[in-house]
Amino acid sequence: MALKIVKGSIDRMFDKNLQDLVRGIRNHKEDEAKYISTCIDEIKQELKQDNIAVKANAVCKLTYLQMLGYDVSWAAFNIVEVMSSSKFTYKRIGYLAASQCFHENTDVIMLTTNQIRKDLSSPNQYDTGVALTGLSCFVTPDLARDLANDIMTLMSHTKPYIRKKAVLIMYKVFLKYPESLRPAFPRLKEKLEDPDPGVQSAAVNVICELARRNPKNYLSLAPLFFKLMTSSTNNWVLIKIIKLFGALTPLEPRLGKKLIEPLTNLIHSTSAMSLLYECVNTVIAVLISLSSGMPNHSASIQLCVQKLRILIEDSDQNLKYLGLLAMSKILKTHPKSVQSHKDLILQCLDDKDESIRLRALDLLYGMVSKKNLMEIVKKLMIHVDKAEGTTYRDELLTKIIDICSQSNYQYITNFEWYISILVELTRLEGTRHGHLIASQMLDVAIRVKAIRVFAVAQMATLLDNAHLLTGNMQRNGICEVLYAAAWICGEFSEHLENPVQTLEAMLRPKVATLPGHIQAVYVQNAAKLFATILKNQEGNTDSTAAQETSQMMIDRLPLFVQSANLEVQERASCILQLVKYIQKLQQKDVEVAEEVSALFAGELNPVAPKAQKKVPVPEGLDLDAWINEPPSESESEDEQPKAIFTKEEPKHSRPRHTEVDEKELARRREARKQEQANNPFYIKASPSSQKVYQEAPGVEHIPVVQIDLSVPLKVPGLPMSDQYVKLEEERRQKERAEKKKKEKKKRKEKRSGRGKKHDSGPESEEDITPAHVVDIVTEEMPENALPSDDDDKDPNDPHKALDIDLDKPLADSEKLPVRSHRAAGAPKSSAEDGEAENATPQEPKKKSSKEKRDKKKDKERDRKRSKEEKKKKKHKHEEKEEDLLGGQAEEPVVQSEEMKEVEAQPTSTSAEEAATVAEAAPAPEAPAGTAADSEPEEPKDTETEESSSKHKKKKQKKEKEEKEKKKKKKHHHHHHHSDGGGEESVQNGTVEEEEPLPPMSNYCLLAENSYIKMVCDIQGNLQDGSQVVVSVIFENKSDSFLKSMEFNVLDSLNSKLQRPEGSGPHDGLTVPFQLPPGVSNEARFVFTVQSIVMPQKLKGTLTFIVKNEDSSTHEKLDFKLHFTCTSYLITTPCYSDAFAKLLESGDLKSSSVRLEGVNMPFHHLLARICFHHHFSVVERIDSCASMYSRSIQGHHVCLLVKTSGQTVSIDAKCDEPTLLGNVLDEIKQTFSQC
Amino acid sequence: MIKAILIFNNHGKPRLIRFYQYFHQAAQDTSYCKAEDMQQQIIRETFHLVSKRDDNVCNFLEGGSLIGGSDYKLIYRHYATLYFVFCVDSSESELGILDLIQVFVETLDKCFENVCELDLIFHMDKVHYILQEVVMGGMVLETNMNEIVAQVEVQNRMEKSEGGLSAAPARAVSAVKNMNLPEIPRNINIGDINIKVPSLSPF
Repeated sequence: MALKIVKGSIDRMFDKNLQDLVRGIRNHKEDEAKYISTCIDEIKQELKQDNIAVKANAVCKLTYLQMLGYDVSWAAFNIVEVMSSSKFTYKRIGYLAASQCFHENTDVIMLTTNQIRKDLSSPNQYDTGVALTGLSCFVTPDLARDLANDIMTLMSHTKPYIRKKAVLIMYKVFLKYPESLRPAFPRLKEKLEDPDPGVQSAAVNVICELARRNPKNYLSLAPLFFKLMTSSTNNWVLIKIIKLFGALTPLEPRLGKKLIEPLTNLIHSTSAMSLLYECVNTVIAVLISLSSGMPNHSASIQLCVQKLRILIEDSDQNLKYLGLLAMSKILKTHPKSVQSHKDLILQCLDDKDESIRLRALDLLYGMVSKKNLMEIVKKLMIHVDKAEGTTYRDELLTKIIDICSQSNYQYITNFEWYISILVELTRLEGTRHGHLIASQMLDVAIRVKAIRVFAVAQMATLLDNAHLLTGNMQRNGICEVLYAAAWICGEFSEHLENPVQTLEAMLRPKVATLPGHIQAVYVQNAAKLFATILKNQEGNTDSTAAQETSQMMIDRLPLFVQSANLEVQERASCILQLVKYIQKLQQKDVEVAEEVSALFAGELNPVAPKAQKKVPVPEGLDLDAWINEPPSESESEDEQPKAIFTKEEPKHSRPRHTEVDEKELARRREARKQEQANNPFYIKASPSSQKVYQEAPGVEHIPVVQIDLSVPLKVPGLPMSDQYVKLEEERRQKERAEKKKKEKKKRKEKRSGRGKKHDSGPESEEDITPAHVVDIVTEEMPENALPSDDDDKDPNDPHKALDIDLDKPLADSEKLPVRSHRAAGAPKSSAEDGEAENATPQEPKKKSSKEKRDKKKDKERDRKRSKEEKKKKKHKHEEKEEDLLGGQAEEPVVQSEEMKEVEAQPTSTSAEEAATVAEAAPAPEAPAGTAADSEPEEPKDTETEESSSKHKKKKQKKEKEEKEKKKKKKHHHHHHHSDGGGEESVQNGTVEEEEPLPPMSNYCLLAENSYIKMVCDIQGNLQDGSQVVVSVIFENKSDSFLKSMEFNVLDSLNSKLQRPEGSGPHDGLTVPFQLPPGVSNEARFVFTVQSIVMPQKLKGTLTFIVKNEDSSTHEKLDFKLHFTCTSYLITTPCYSDAFAKLLESGDLKSSSVRLEGVNMPFHHLLARICFHHHFSVVERIDSCASMYSRSIQGHHVCLLVKTSGQTVSIDAKCDEPTLLGNVLDEIKQTFSQC
Repeated sequence: MIKAILIFNNHGKPRLIRFYQYFHQAAQDTSYCKAEDMQQQIIRETFHLVSKRDDNVCNFLEGGSLIGGSDYKLIYRHYATLYFVFCVDSSESELGILDLIQVFVETLDKCFENVCELDLIFHMDKVHYILQEVVMGGMVLETNMNEIVAQVEVQNRMEKSEGGLSAAPARAVSAVKNMNLPEIPRNINIGDINIKVPSLSPF
């Protein structure tokens, strides 16, 4: 106490630090909570101080308390304060605290954007690193959008430490802001080949994460990864890549074939178990994806199984576990190869390690056959008895049921045995799976008609001994089985031996302690039983028995009438009144049995779980149609921001089966009938009355088992399944003997024949005939139900939004938002994005109603097609492969339906187009973006309804659509899978222009000598009207190490190199990296420019030190920087209406130029102008296009480009004639060079 | 992806928690549950799952119900008094993560010179900083121990050059307050660091 007072009075230097806090908590074990609350009070005081050191200390302590479970969100703002400290020590504490306790809903996060941006661009790499680390934990969609561009710039940072962090965090950015994926992807891809292994590993990591969720979009990277796999020695990277291939192979069988060999080599050569294991896993995935037909197919499986066996036999439990895990994957497709290791797996069932036992259980599922099912289950039952933990026992229980019920009880030959197993399982104490057992009992009793007599008898015993089950535990899960027991006894009461006794058991007072829903079933089924009893007894002459039964009902039911459960109460009171009425009639000697049992007449058929969902929508019912006229949409709706994903979401719930024409219906019905006729298990719906059962089909075929003597049916201690095992053995033996006899006979008769062939070897699966000729009733489905299995994907899965086609060229609209105030970074990216300039959105703003209708039609068409695709799915696989082998695309040809729904317009890429992209892609400086960017429309843009109002092309487009429809129809019949691509190319109106663009680069040679080569690109800076950024790539051509590079330029009056504060006007700038031999790297320099109307040249020098092993020399290289007028232009999209207004305004001076002998396709020409001169295409009609660009100082430059033959005429307008003249000259020069 | 990293001792006391996914919903009922409470529940559940396992059983198990159930795996190692538990999804290699834990612990051992539980208790922040160089946002950042140690040391030097967090006086005071520190054996260092690791050959 005294200390505290003193402390308050002296100074903050007595503040506890983290260590003191920890120590204090340890010293106050008894009153920890109280101590901590005083500490929190102190911390609150400290946070009020102005001293940032004190605050940081307080925040540090809070981080510790957060770990102990204390809510510290109240200090969020203080954390932000500490984050923004300029000292690294404090900043680090702040970011740590933030990463521990901030999350998406923390509102102060929005205050941090600028701080984080500042830290990201900090000259100190550790400030940047700390910010990246922190951000990776609490990035929100807003932060991701605002910072995506900054982070992308960091991916090319000179320090690998920052690069790898930036690369990793991009994954989080993609998740939160999916739009960033496409613009950032080219650079991410580049990082796969980064010289630093850490960065490379990070890039692999990110792409693997992305590809795992949407593998089909990453198939085109397969060759690159293949190269990495064969060249990398880093096991982390290898593991990731091999895992990725595991995800890709199902989509591309050819890839799998290629993989087998290197993977097999790795399996043989590697010493790292982790790598070996992943290789085996991927080989398994490959083998699964290749249906069959590989020559050394079985060899690979053998290799895998053999390696796995080694793992499983290892003494290391971890390897054993993983071996079993992988084994279960093989099991699905190649059960035979696993079955030969049954001994090993059964042995694992006895392992002391529960995880291993569980994995072994998984495998058992595939090990069973008709022959060994009983034996295996017997073994499991022993385990059930021995198992100590409830979780393991529950797992055993579910496994037993899984194993037995798999593929429609395929392996069960004796259902009596199964029922008794189920009954035995009810003796488990405290299991959670009562309902599972119950549903099995119900299922078997309903679907296997022949077993009903036996089942009913067993259930009656269960009901009679219900007290054993419920025991003392009220909430015991096992009492669920009573639900099943009561229902079975009621529903099939005609099989009961002693119905009165069962009825009595169901109406015991103890029943009232059962859960409500079970009581309800009891009451209802008591009524059914009652009806049966009446029917039996009325035949007798003695009517008193019947009256006694009624009396019993009347005596016992009031107990249920008082139940707190509404359902029980309602049913009980209903039935009570009914029985009272019956009693009245009985006393008058009226025959009532017939009428009472009519209440419960009719068979209940099992209904398939998805039946309801599959009821087709009747013809003529359009669920999408408005019932009333829709409220008039306001104009502004058209200008809604593009939200492709959210907007489309409702469509997912759209019913798919709207249109089924009459013929199709009839056809399906016919097919169904056929199928049913051929299905021996199918029972045709009979006019159902319960009597039918007694003469159920096939009774005379049942080889009767001598149940009477050996089965302890009436022993209340419940039956023993073991006896069935013995019985079954005997039965099978007998059968075999009989068969032999028969065969002998046959042989005797047919001495000459090849009777030997039938000589019974070991009993084969098929030889075992089930003890009961069971009718396994198939579950009912609505007529016309489609056999589709719609996957219920989680719509909230963030990865769904990342299902983005990455091979498509970048569109203009797909830029990362740039809000940077810094010079560097922004221009580069905008330039990169700008390469895909022409893809200006061209959708009319206001849609005429006609167009709307058109769109609707489109949708319908899509739907139809998707349905058709579904139908053709079976054939698809083969067809697809064929096509792939013919074409050379590494692309999945048919995209998933979801994708289509998301984009409304089908966008599947055709094989040809993919090939085009693939060819264009390798050019390093002209990423895929340039390849097809002259296409005026991106599907995405079609979606977004923002753009110009009066659209000249509208008409044309419609015509095209018409054409396209026709074309598509044709396509449909021939090879449907290419129609998606066909459609797209037609839509783009450039079928004939599909030919690839040559690779282009804006980097031009600056200077070169024997040591170093400099190439540069000059770009204007969008943010600052007077700045130009020069990106220079330095390439070390020598065998020596280059260091201390200094870049200097002689300033002119008009242009000056921006130097850091404090340096003189003639000082050089240090290039922020060194160059090992053969390495190149990029640096950027910012220049300020006064006037931009004239091109100019600046002289400069690069000095550097060449360091050899023994000597170092000083070298220099002179260069001339050429600022063209083009470099002052910035690609800016312009809509045609704005463009028209601009031209009409009359402020612009015009000029024109003619180019002769231009020998290239028009779209190449446009692409070149766009790429080299930073223009964007506003509109293009045939051989005429309007283009637009803007200078960094806001001058508008408009071009009208026309072509006829080899002559191209360019009419241009600009508000600055000198600038325009120079730009035109430069354009002319560009084309004269090629 | 790594979803969470938990370090707790043989009694379930958390020594470091690092969640890379935001867990906040109570599993059973839909009522909103604070992140901190959820985290504590997850720690308790995980401890319960892990602590009852013998040392000679395998190091993998399915995640508890709170942390994603069977979609996620818990991969852990038990060193002396501490459990290091990584909760990961299916994209991570099990053996790889085991090795990563080893790398992490060895790095701690280097940075703290014979690390023991006390180091983790009193320098939770430093342990975080080291972890940040190994795993970032749930993805493996660096597996080369020398690289990790080098980066950590540079940053520590920077901190030192700035004068550190707490000034000298506070240290003096804490020396006085130190008197009745309960005896904790200092020798619980990680002796069995050479537990057999299925070798992921050197990186």
